[in-house]
Amino acid sequence: MNLHEFQGKELFAQYGLPVSNSKVIYEAEDAFKACRDIGGSKWVVKAQVHAGGRGKAGGVELVDTPEEATSFAKKWLGKRLITYQTDEKGQLVNSVLIEECTDIAEELYLSAVIDRESQRVVFIGSSEGGVNIEEVAKNSPEKIIYESIDPLCGAQGFQARKIAKVLKLNNEQTKQFTPMFKNLMKLFVEKDLSLLEINPLVITSGGLLHCLDAKINIDSNAIYRQPEIAQMHDPSQEDPRESEAAKNDLSYVSLDGNIGCMVNGAGLAMGTMDTIKYFGGNPANFLDVGGTATQERVSKAFKIILDDPEVRVVLVNIFGGIVRCDLIAEGVLAAIEEVGVEIPVVVRLEGNNADLGSEILSKANIKIESINNLGDAAKKAVELAK
Amino acid sequence: MSILVNKDTRVIVQGFTGSQATLHSEQAIEYGTNIVGGITPGKGGQTHLGKPVFDTMDEAVKSVKPNASLIFVPAPFCKDSILEAAESGIELIVCITEGVPTLDMLDVKKRVDELGLTLIGPNCPGLITPGEAKLGIMPASIHMQGSIGIISRSGTLTYEAVKQTTDLGFGQSSCVGIGGDPIPGSSFIDILELFENDPQTKAIVMVGEIGGTAEEDAAEFIKNNVSKPVISYIAGQTAPAGKRMGHAGAIIAGGKGTAADKISKLKECGVHVADNLTEIGSTVAKVINK
Repeated sequence: MNLHEFQGKELFAQYGLPVSNSKVIYEAEDAFKACRDIGGSKWVVKAQVHAGGRGKAGGVELVDTPEEATSFAKKWLGKRLITYQTDEKGQLVNSVLIEECTDIAEELYLSAVIDRESQRVVFIGSSEGGVNIEEVAKNSPEKIIYESIDPLCGAQGFQARKIAKVLKLNNEQTKQFTPMFKNLMKLFVEKDLSLLEINPLVITSGGLLHCLDAKINIDSNAIYRQPEIAQMHDPSQEDPRESEAAKNDLSYVSLDGNIGCMVNGAGLAMGTMDTIKYFGGNPANFLDVGGTATQERVSKAFKIILDDPEVRVVLVNIFGGIVRCDLIAEGVLAAIEEVGVEIPVVVRLEGNNADLGSEILSKANIKIESINNLGDAAKKAVELAK
Repeated sequence: MSILVNKDTRVIVQGFTGSQATLHSEQAIEYGTNIVGGITPGKGGQTHLGKPVFDTMDEAVKSVKPNASLIFVPAPFCKDSILEAAESGIELIVCITEGVPTLDMLDVKKRVDELGLTLIGPNCPGLITPGEAKLGIMPASIHMQGSIGIISRSGTLTYEAVKQTTDLGFGQSSCVGIGGDPIPGSSFIDILELFENDPQTKAIVMVGEIGGTAEEDAAEFIKNNVSKPVISYIAGQTAPAGKRMGHAGAIIAGGKGTAADKISKLKECGVHVADNLTEIGSTVAKVINK
């Protein structure tokens, strides 16, 4: 789960990290008062969306008057911001962060991720901040430090000092950085983060470290033990069908094609998409009904797939391990009846009670193509979608 | 021969009395798996599926001497259960549960490695040695005793590979689902090594998917250490970049871990890559009958 910048900064503040004095507004009319409350004579206004590249897309501005802040808020609230990280529809802006302006001397980079290879939380630091870090990694790898944290020992002072050298911090800044680093690790563990990025981490004209941005991802598997974080979920930043699916414990990703897919298991769902493509078709979605597919969830899955107007045929591919194919067959029939499916449905059942499932489908008085071979089923779906 | 489990493996089921554990333990017993008991805290002293239930692994170890554990407890309790099995000296731990927090797995993996134990999963279908023992949730009927070793990150894709190798008459020595999580207990490499040393295994099928670099690392390992033919299929060739495809593992971030990357690396290292999901079996046939 992604957090907004302002939510990330709230967490930073809780852990004693230096962030700017700021206000979040949801209505343009609140911009004026927010600027006055913050004080000063210059403000940074930032559209809040779950995507990077906001600056280049016009979603971040420096303003000199509360009036300018208001007109920025008017311009963006309720609109969609398109950046190089979003799709062509962009992300809805429903809040704007107004911050006091920070005078920047240097821009640095700091992040932490769970590294699969070392199986540790790894901090990544660089003296080259504010830019595309992947470019830096490619062109000048010596400017980047990777420091991995032992899960049982935790973040140590020497590691902070090591990173500080690469960030080219002076002694005073290193003293400021050491507790920051330890607190970031504490935040990472206590709030079940999967990614944390501060780009840029700046040195102010006063010589102090300051977090100018905050990108935080939370491990979705751990949301159950993070009630405070769960409150921060913003469904407006997700595809409506994807969030509807998530509510029903279905995993759905919408794609560009016209063959709707309902599959159990993420791997097989991707394999099914690939097979459709291989035979010349285009999948409309990825959908994993999961291991414990009930009739209700299958119905829900059908509704979500059919909500996409592009879908011309639905391919159901179930390999029953946990899930029983006869239950899936009944779910498919019930869903078709309930939802009123008018387009062709190709069903391939295999595994646990597959024969029983196929029998249920063939007895039904509805036009369903029941095909046991995946290749043949995919070919049929591709043909029907033409 | 086979890898990891056979008919003599003494299996204890953690979370034994839950509904999923009951369903799959019943099927495992029917398959001939030597389940010696189960653990459900608070239900010690009862009998379930004709087997004794214990409150703790410590009691189970003293009483029924298990050497493998099969875990079905809910995700919030997996760290506890895996560590309980590990600290009790269980050599093989198979965790089926999905949704285990990644940071829990960082701690668990470190401890399991220190103790030199084998952990399979979490978020996996488990493992099976056809005709001998089934520690997992796979449908037994598609398997056949034979010569192909199967390793996969995905549950249902494993079944697909199994079905195709059964249909063509090869059968399987053992099948291991290592799970799709970012921090799996065992990697492709761990299992490849076991299959390489198993005389029953004549060829290995490795089913991978987009995300991470596990397949690339395995390819390098195969080139240097595996003499048996390896056949591979990579799922997610059509998945768009940056989108999470259900498995925590299946995400392409920063242009790394794409299907194309993996396939070219595998081919470069001498692995036979099936172009299509439906061609895993026929690719095995081509390689073996060459």
